[in-house]
Amino acid sequence: MLASDPLSRVLYIDLSSKKYWVEDRKELFEEFIGGTGVAINLLREEVPRGADPLGPENAIVLAAGPFNAMYPMASKTVAMFKSPLTGNLGESHAGGRSAVAIRLAGYGAIVIKGASDIPVWVSVHGSKVHFRDARALWGVRSAHTVGRVLREVEGGHGYRTIMRIGRAGEKLVRYACVVVDTFRHFGRLGLGAVFGSKKLKALVVVGKGSVPVADKAGYRRVYDDLYKRIMGTPATRKYHDLGTAENVLPLNELGALPTMNLKASRFERAEEISGERLAEKYLGRRVSYAHCSVACIHLAVLREPYEREPYFYKTTFVSYDYEPIYACGAMLGIGSTEGLLKVLDAVETYGLDTMSTSVVLAWMTEAYEKGLVTEEETIVKPAWGDYASFLKAIEYVVEQPNEFYVALAKRVEHAAKVYGGSEFALAYGGIYRPGRAPRVRPGRQAQSPGLRWLLVRPEDGGEEGVRRGGRRLPSGGGEVEAGAYEPRALPLR
Amino acid sequence: MVRRVSVVDVDLCVGCMMCVFACTRRFGEGGVSKSAIRVASIGGIERGFTVIVCRACPDPPCAASCPTGALKPRKGGGIVFDPVKCVGCGNCVKACPYGALMLDEESGKPIVCTYCGYCVNYCPYGVIKLEEVKEVVVHAR
Repeated sequence: MLASDPLSRVLYIDLSSKKYWVEDRKELFEEFIGGTGVAINLLREEVPRGADPLGPENAIVLAAGPFNAMYPMASKTVAMFKSPLTGNLGESHAGGRSAVAIRLAGYGAIVIKGASDIPVWVSVHGSKVHFRDARALWGVRSAHTVGRVLREVEGGHGYRTIMRIGRAGEKLVRYACVVVDTFRHFGRLGLGAVFGSKKLKALVVVGKGSVPVADKAGYRRVYDDLYKRIMGTPATRKYHDLGTAENVLPLNELGALPTMNLKASRFERAEEISGERLAEKYLGRRVSYAHCSVACIHLAVLREPYEREPYFYKTTFVSYDYEPIYACGAMLGIGSTEGLLKVLDAVETYGLDTMSTSVVLAWMTEAYEKGLVTEEETIVKPAWGDYASFLKAIEYVVEQPNEFYVALAKRVEHAAKVYGGSEFALAYGGIYRPGRAPRVRPGRQAQSPGLRWLLVRPEDGGEEGVRRGGRRLPSGGGEVEAGAYEPRALPLR
Repeated sequence: MVRRVSVVDVDLCVGCMMCVFACTRRFGEGGVSKSAIRVASIGGIERGFTVIVCRACPDPPCAASCPTGALKPRKGGGIVFDPVKCVGCGNCVKACPYGALMLDEESGKPIVCTYCGYCVNYCPYGVIKLEEVKEVVVHAR
C-alpha cells in the first residue's frame, strides 16, 4: 500500500455525541486484505461481549478493500455488526455505488457507533461529515420516497451512495434491510434494525477522489487484462442477459425450487416467474454497480391501470433476482408475474429482507392452513398464491398491530414457539433459508424435526441429473448454481 | 476535421461508470477526480442516466467567458486549455450549459476533455463514440 493511499483511514462516527474523527489503521489494512478481515477486527474492538444488538453498544462497520475503485467488478461493501436476528456476528454485502463512494471519499472503512437521541441522517462529503435532522423523514411509508428526498437535498450527484432504511428498520423488524442506491441491499441479518435502533435513517457518502498508484503503466496493463477477461466470458454474460433469474427453470426441473414453504420443491407455475418470462415481457432496464461493466441489475416494469381514470397507468420499476423470485414467488405459491412484482415492490418499499420475509409469511400460511393460528391472529386470510393477502400481511409485519405480528417481526422461530409449528419454520438459528431446496437420496429422511429447510421430499429428490434444452445439467451444481457469493445449502448425506 | 466524444444513445447506458474511471486512469490513478466525463442518474437509477462530456461546440461559451485566454476555441469545434494562463476563476464552469466542465479539487482549475477517446474503449454498450465534429453553421440574421 502506498503511504498516500487513503484506504488505511477509518472514519469513526459517534451518533451519541454527534462527533466524528479519523484514525489511520494501516496495520489492519496491511494484515487483512479485503474488507471482511478489517471489518471483523474493527467490530471486535468496538462491541463488548454480551452487547445488545439493538443497544447503543452495538456498532456498524462498513468496509471497502484495496480493489474497490481500482479494478472493475470490485464494487461491494462489507457490513459487519452484531445481528439482532441471530445475536451473533452479522455480515452482509451490498454493491451499488457504496464501496466506490467510501473508497473515493478517502476511507477504507466507516465505523458507526452509539445511538442518536433524535432521528438523523449522516452525510459524508469527502473529509466533512454532517449530522442532519431526520425527524421529518422518520415514519415516511416508503424507502423510495426517502431516496427521492435525499437525492434532492444532498450534493455529489453521480458520485454518491445513499443507504437508507424503510419503516421496517424504524420499527426494528429483526430482518429489516438497508436499501442501497435503490434496489441493492444489505439484506440479511437485520442491519436495517440496527440502523433503526440508532435512529439512523440514512447514510450518504460522496466520494470524488482518486487513489495513487506506484506503477502507472503496470496498473493500466493489469486493468486492461482484467477488463478483457470479464467482458469475454460467458460466466459474466449470464448475469447480464437473464441475470440470476435464469436459475428458476433449471432449479425447478431439478426439484430444487422451494415451493409453498417447502411442501414441494417444484412449482407448477414456475414459467410465470422465470427469468425468461420476466425478460421477455417485463424487463425495462438493466443497470450496473459503479465500476462494473456487467450490468446484472434487472428492473421489471410493472404497469398498473388506475381505477378512477381510464388510460392512466402507475409505472413502477421493480428489481428482481433469483432469490427474491424464489422467496416472493414459489415459496408463497405466487405464480402470477404481476403478483410477484407487487410483493417484491412492497418488500422494497418497507425495507425488508425478501428471503426472511417469505419464510415468515410461508410459515404463517401453513400455520393458518393447519389451524394453529386463526384470522384473529393473522387478520388476513393467508392462502398460497393470494398475493393481495400477502401485501396486507407485509404491512402488518412492519406495523405490528397485534401480538402475533409483534412475534413475527422478531423471529419465525419465536412465533413458532408461541403458536406451534416449529417443524415447518424454515429458519435455523435465526438464519432464514436461501432459495435452493437441497436433495436427499430416495428413501432417506432428514432425521431432526424442525429442519425441513434441509429436507426435500424424497419423490422430488433422487434423480441424478435432468435434461433441459439438450443440455445435461449436473445434479449437484455446476451451471445451475447461482452466484458463488450467495449462501448455499448443503445437501444431506 | 477534429474529433469529439459523442453520446450516441444514452438509453443504452447502464451507469457502470467505466468511462469515468477510464478518464482518470489516463493519469495512472484509480478513481474519478481527474475525469472530464461523468455519469449520473436522472433521479433514481430506474429512470436511466445522463452522460455529460464536452460536446466540442463550434462557438464555445466557456472560451468566451475566460478572462485570461486559458480556454480558447479549437479550430473545427471544441476548446484547447492552457493551464499556465488559468487563474481558476470558474467562469467556464458556469458558462457551459451542459455542466461539462468541473473544477479539479486539487488544482482548482477546470478538467478539460482533450477528445482523446480513451473512455470510448471501455464502454461495453456503445453509449459513447469518438466521432468527427460536424460543421454547424450558425446563421446570422
